[in-house]
Amino acid sequence: MLLTVVIFLPLVAAGVLLAAPRLGGRAAIVLWVAASAVDLALVAWMWWRFDPGPSPAGVVGGPAYEVDLQWIPTVDAGYHIGVDGLSLPLLALTGVVFLACAVYSLRESHRPRSYAALFLFLQTASLGTFAALDLILFFVFFDLTIVGMYFVIAGWGHGNARRSALKFFLYTFVGSLALLVGFIGLFLGGEQRTFDMVALAADPPLANSPVAGGLVLVAIGLGLAVKTPLFPFHTWLPDAHTDAPAAGSAVLAGILLKLGTYGFVRIAMPILPDAWQRWAMVAVVAGVVSVLWGAFVALAQTDVKRMIAYTSVNHMGYVLLGLGAAGLVTPADDGARTIATVGAVYQMVSHGLLTGALFLLSGVLWSRGHTYTLDRWGGLARPAPVFAASLAVAAFGSLGLPGLSGFIAEFQVFTGALQAAPVATVLAVVGILVTAGLFLLALQRLLTGDTVVPLDEDGADRLSTRPEGGGTATATRPRTATVMRDLRGHELASIVPLLVLAVVLGLFPRVLLDVVEPAAAAVVQLVAR
Amino acid sequence: MSGTSTAGGAAVLAVLVGLPALAGVALLLTGRRADRIAGPLAVLTTTAAFALAAVAAGDRPQLSVPFLGVVPGGDLRLSVDGLSAVLVVLVAAVGLLTTVFAAADLPADAARARFFGYFLLFIAAMLTTVTAATMPVLLVAWELMGATSYALIGYRWQEPGRLSAGTTAFLTTRAADLGLYVAAGAALAGTGGLVLADLPAADGGWRDLAAAGLLVAALGKSAQLPLSAWLSGAMQGPSPVSALLHSATMVAAGGYLLLRVQPLLAATGWAAAAAAWAGALTALVLGAVAVAQRDLKQLLAASTAAQIGFVVLAAGVGAVSGGTAQLVAHAAVKAALFVAAGAWLTAYGTKQLAGLRGAARRHRGLGAAATVAALALAGVPPLSLWATKDEVLAGVDGAALRVVGLAAAVLSAVYAGRVLAVVLARPAGEEFFDEEERGTRRIPPASTGVAAVLAVFAAGLGVLAVPAVAEPLKALLGVVGESSPTVGELVLSGGLAAGALTGTVALLHRLPEVAGALERSPLAGWVGLGRLLSPRPAMALARVLATLDDRVLDRAVEGVGAAARRTAAAAARVDGSVVDGAVRATAEALRRAGAAARRPQTGLLHQYYAQAAAGLGVLLVLLLVVR
Repeated sequence: MLLTVVIFLPLVAAGVLLAAPRLGGRAAIVLWVAASAVDLALVAWMWWRFDPGPSPAGVVGGPAYEVDLQWIPTVDAGYHIGVDGLSLPLLALTGVVFLACAVYSLRESHRPRSYAALFLFLQTASLGTFAALDLILFFVFFDLTIVGMYFVIAGWGHGNARRSALKFFLYTFVGSLALLVGFIGLFLGGEQRTFDMVALAADPPLANSPVAGGLVLVAIGLGLAVKTPLFPFHTWLPDAHTDAPAAGSAVLAGILLKLGTYGFVRIAMPILPDAWQRWAMVAVVAGVVSVLWGAFVALAQTDVKRMIAYTSVNHMGYVLLGLGAAGLVTPADDGARTIATVGAVYQMVSHGLLTGALFLLSGVLWSRGHTYTLDRWGGLARPAPVFAASLAVAAFGSLGLPGLSGFIAEFQVFTGALQAAPVATVLAVVGILVTAGLFLLALQRLLTGDTVVPLDEDGADRLSTRPEGGGTATATRPRTATVMRDLRGHELASIVPLLVLAVVLGLFPRVLLDVVEPAAAAVVQLVAR
Repeated sequence: MSGTSTAGGAAVLAVLVGLPALAGVALLLTGRRADRIAGPLAVLTTTAAFALAAVAAGDRPQLSVPFLGVVPGGDLRLSVDGLSAVLVVLVAAVGLLTTVFAAADLPADAARARFFGYFLLFIAAMLTTVTAATMPVLLVAWELMGATSYALIGYRWQEPGRLSAGTTAFLTTRAADLGLYVAAGAALAGTGGLVLADLPAADGGWRDLAAAGLLVAALGKSAQLPLSAWLSGAMQGPSPVSALLHSATMVAAGGYLLLRVQPLLAATGWAAAAAAWAGALTALVLGAVAVAQRDLKQLLAASTAAQIGFVVLAAGVGAVSGGTAQLVAHAAVKAALFVAAGAWLTAYGTKQLAGLRGAARRHRGLGAAATVAALALAGVPPLSLWATKDEVLAGVDGAALRVVGLAAAVLSAVYAGRVLAVVLARPAGEEFFDEEERGTRRIPPASTGVAAVLAVFAAGLGVLAVPAVAEPLKALLGVVGESSPTVGELVLSGGLAAGALTGTVALLHRLPEVAGALERSPLAGWVGLGRLLSPRPAMALARVLATLDDRVLDRAVEGVGAAARRTAAAAARVDGSVVDGAVRATAEALRRAGAAARRPQTGLLHQYYAQAAAGLGVLLVLLLVVR
C-alpha cells in the first residue's frame, strides 16, 4: 500500500494542480516541491524499513512492499509492484532528482502550473516503471514517460524544441514497440502464459529454444538499447538534451535513461538467462563501443549540453559492459561477475546524481546568457566562484575521481569485468581517460582565462557591458559582460544536495552497497542458471 | 612491539590519515575567510601528523574500513610494515617542512586557504598511498594524489598556462593510472581478491597483466621514460608544491609502489627487467636533459626523474633496501634544493640560471644549505646519494645495466656542477632579476631553516651505507641478504662523481659558452618527450567520430524518417491515383453510360418510332442469325 501511495502521490498532486486553475504560478511550484518532498520522505521511510536480508529478497521471491492485484485476467497481467535491492536505489534516485528539479524550477515563469503537473505526472510514470513487477504494467509506465517528456521538451524547450521533441518521441516510441513485441514473445514462450516478471524469472520461458529466445532478447534488447541509449541508437539524445529545459534534461538523463539499463537487469537478465549468456558478448561489445564512441564524440563537442549528453552515452556504456560481463559465465567466477553487476547498478545511481547536477548547472549558463556554446564563456571562476566549484565537483565526479560516486561504480565495473572480457575491459578503461580530458578542457575553457559572459541581444541581463571591438563592431558581434550572477538560492538548493549525495556515496559506499550487493548476487545466480 | 595490531594503533593510523584530510577539506570549504589561519593550521596539522607517523612507525598498526564487499580485499585496509614505516615518517617529515616553507613563501594576500587545503589533502593521500594494503584504497589515494596535484599546479589559475600544465600532469598520470585499474581487475581474476600482498601468487597470465598494469602506473607517476614530460610542465606550480610533490612524494610514489610489489616483478621475470631498464635509461636520458636546462626548476625536475630512476632500477634488480635508502635520501636532497630555488625565485624574481649567478653568496645560510644539497646530488662522498646510489648499483648484475647506471651517476655530478658553478660564482650584478615576477629581495628565516634541516639530512643520510645502519634497515624491510657495495665500488663512484663535478665547474669557468650550446641542443627541450603527450591525435579522432556521428548515424536515422515520409507520400499518391482513381474511373464510366442512355430520350415521337423500328430490325436479324 505504501508503495502505491509513493507511486501515485505525485499524480494526485498533478490532478490537484490541474483542477485548480486559479492557483498562482508560484503556489503551483511550491505545491510541486511539497509533493516531491513528501514522496521522497516516504521513499526514505521505505529504505529505512527495508531489510536486504541474508538471502536476497526480490527478483524471484518475496519483494518488499508487494502489491499484486488482478488487472487483465485473460492474459494474466496484473497490478504487481514491489521493491528489492535493484529497484529501491532507483526509486530513491527518482525521488531525489525530481525534488531537485522542483526546487530548481521555483522561479519558472512560463506556464508554471502545467509545468509542475507534467513533472509530477512524469514522476509517477518513472516510479511506476521501477516498481513494476509485471511486464504490461512496466510497458505502460515506460511509454507514459515518453509521452510526458515529449510535452516537456516541446512545450518548455528552446531552440528547435518541437523537432527535437518529435524525434525523441518517435525514436523511443518505436523502441518501446520492439520492447512490447519482446514482452509478447515472453508471454507466448512461457508455459504459464503470464506477464508476471516474478513468475517468469522463477521459471524462465524459452529455455530450450535458443533461436526463439535469442529473437525475443533481440527485440527486448533493441527496445532498451534505444532508451539507454547505446551506440548506434543514441542520436536522439543530444538533440533532445540540447533543446530541453534544464530540469527536463536532468530528468531525462538522470532518470529516463535508467529505465533502459534497469530493464536489462530486471527483465532481460533474470527472465532470459540462457539467451543472455549466449549473447553476453554482444552486450559487452555494445557497451565498450558506447563507452569509447560517447567519450570521443563528447570530446569534440563545442556545446556544453551536447557534450554532457554524449558523456551519458559513455557512462551507460559502462553499465552494459558490467551487465554483459555478468553473463559470461564460463570465463569468470561468481565474485567477479557480482562485482561487475554491483558496479553497473551503482553507476545508474551515480550517473543520475552527477549528470542531473551537470545539466542543472548548464541550465544556469542558459539562464545567464542563453547559449551553451563553450567559446562564448570564459573565466567564470572570477564572477561566480560557487558555480565554478559546483561545476568542478560535478565534472570530477563524472570523470570518476575517487571520493565521488562515479569511481565506486566504474572501479567495480572494470575490476569485475576484466576476467570475463579482458580485451574489452582494457579498451573501456581508456574511456575514463578521455572523459577526464574532455571535462578538464571544458573546465579550463569555462572557468579560467579572461572573463567573458554573453549577453542577450535584448540585454536581458543588464549588467556592466563591455562592447567587443568598440564602435560600429558592436552591432554585429555578440555583446559580452564581465559579470555573471553566481548561483542563486534555488539553484544552490537544488544542485548542491545532488553533489553532496554523490560525495556521500563516494566516501561511504556501504550505504548503497548493503542494499545492492545481495540483489546483484541474486541476479548473477539467476543468469548463471 | 612490531606486527601487533591494536585498536589504539588503528586509531593512530586513522587519525594520521584523517586529520590532514579533514583539515584540508575544512579549509577548502571555508574558503578565503580562512586565509589568515590557514598557514598556522596547516603547520599544526602536519606537526601532529609527523608525531603520529613516528608512533605508527614504531607501533606498526593496521586499519580496515568496510568499503566494497563481495570479495576479500574490498575494504580500505591500511597497514604499516617496515617499508611503510620508513615512508610514512619520510612523507610526514617532508610534508611538515614544506608546509613551514610554504607558510613563509606564499604572499600574504594569496588564497592561502585553498593552497593549504589542497596541500593537506595531498599529504593525506600520499600517507594513504604508502600504507595501502588493498587495491581499492591504493587506487583511491593514488588518484586523489593526481587530482590534488592538478589543483596545486594550477593554483594560480588566473595566469595563462598554469591550469593547462595541471591538466597535462593530471591526464598523463591518469593515463598511467589506467594500469592500476587493469591491475585491480587482474588481481581479482588471478587471486579472487584485491589484497596487494597476494599478487605474486596470482595465476599465470593474470600475474603478468597485474605486473604490467602496476609498472605502467608507477612509471607514469614517477615521470619515467617515456612519460616524463609532464614533470616539466608541473614546474609551473608554486615552489612549495614542487618541493613536496615533485621531489619527495608524488613522483616518489611510483618508485615506492615498485619497491612494494618487487616480489611480483621478480615473480614474472620480464617485469623486473623492464623496470630495471626503464629506471636506468631514465636516469641516463633525463640526467642528460637536466644538464642542458637553463631554468633551475626545470633542471631539478629532470634530475628528479633521473634520481627516481635509480629507485625504479633498484626495484627491478631487487635491491629494495638500496632503493628505499635512495628514495629517502633523494627526498631530503631534492626538497632542500627546491626550497632554495623557490626562496630565490621569491626573493629575486627569477629561476633562470643566468639570473641566479652568485645567489648562494647573497644569503649565506640558504646558500650553504643549497650547496650541501647540490654536493649530495652530485654523489660526492660522504654525502647521502653517493652511498645510496651505490647500494642500488650493488644489486645490479648485468654489465650493460651497470655501465648505464654509472654513466647516469656521472651525469648527476655534471648537472649538480652546473648549478654549483652558477650559484657559487661571484655575483655579476642585478640585471637579470625579476624576469618572471617581482622579487621581494628577502629570504624568510623559515625558508633558510627548512633548507638547513633538509641539508643536514641530505648530508647525513650517507650513514645508510654504513653496514651498522644498512643491516638494520634491511632487517626492517625484511630483505636481509641483499648485497651491499664493496669498498672498491664506493671509491670508484665517489671518485667519478668528484672528478665529474670538478671537471664540470672548471670547464664552465674556462669555456662558459658550452652552457649556451647545451641550452640550444634538443636536450634542453626534454628531447621532444612532450610531443608524446600531445592531445592532437585524440582530438583528431574525436572530430572524425563526431562528424561520423552527425553525418552518418544521425543522418541514417533522419533518413529512415524521411524515407518513411516519402513512402507515405508515394502510398498517398498511389492511393489517390490508382485506388481512388479506379473508383473514380468506374464512377465516371457509369456516369457516361448514364449520360449516353439519356441521349435517346429526346421526347420526339418520330424518333421513338425510328428507334423502335431499328430495334425490331436488330431483333429480326438476331432471330435469323440464331436460328
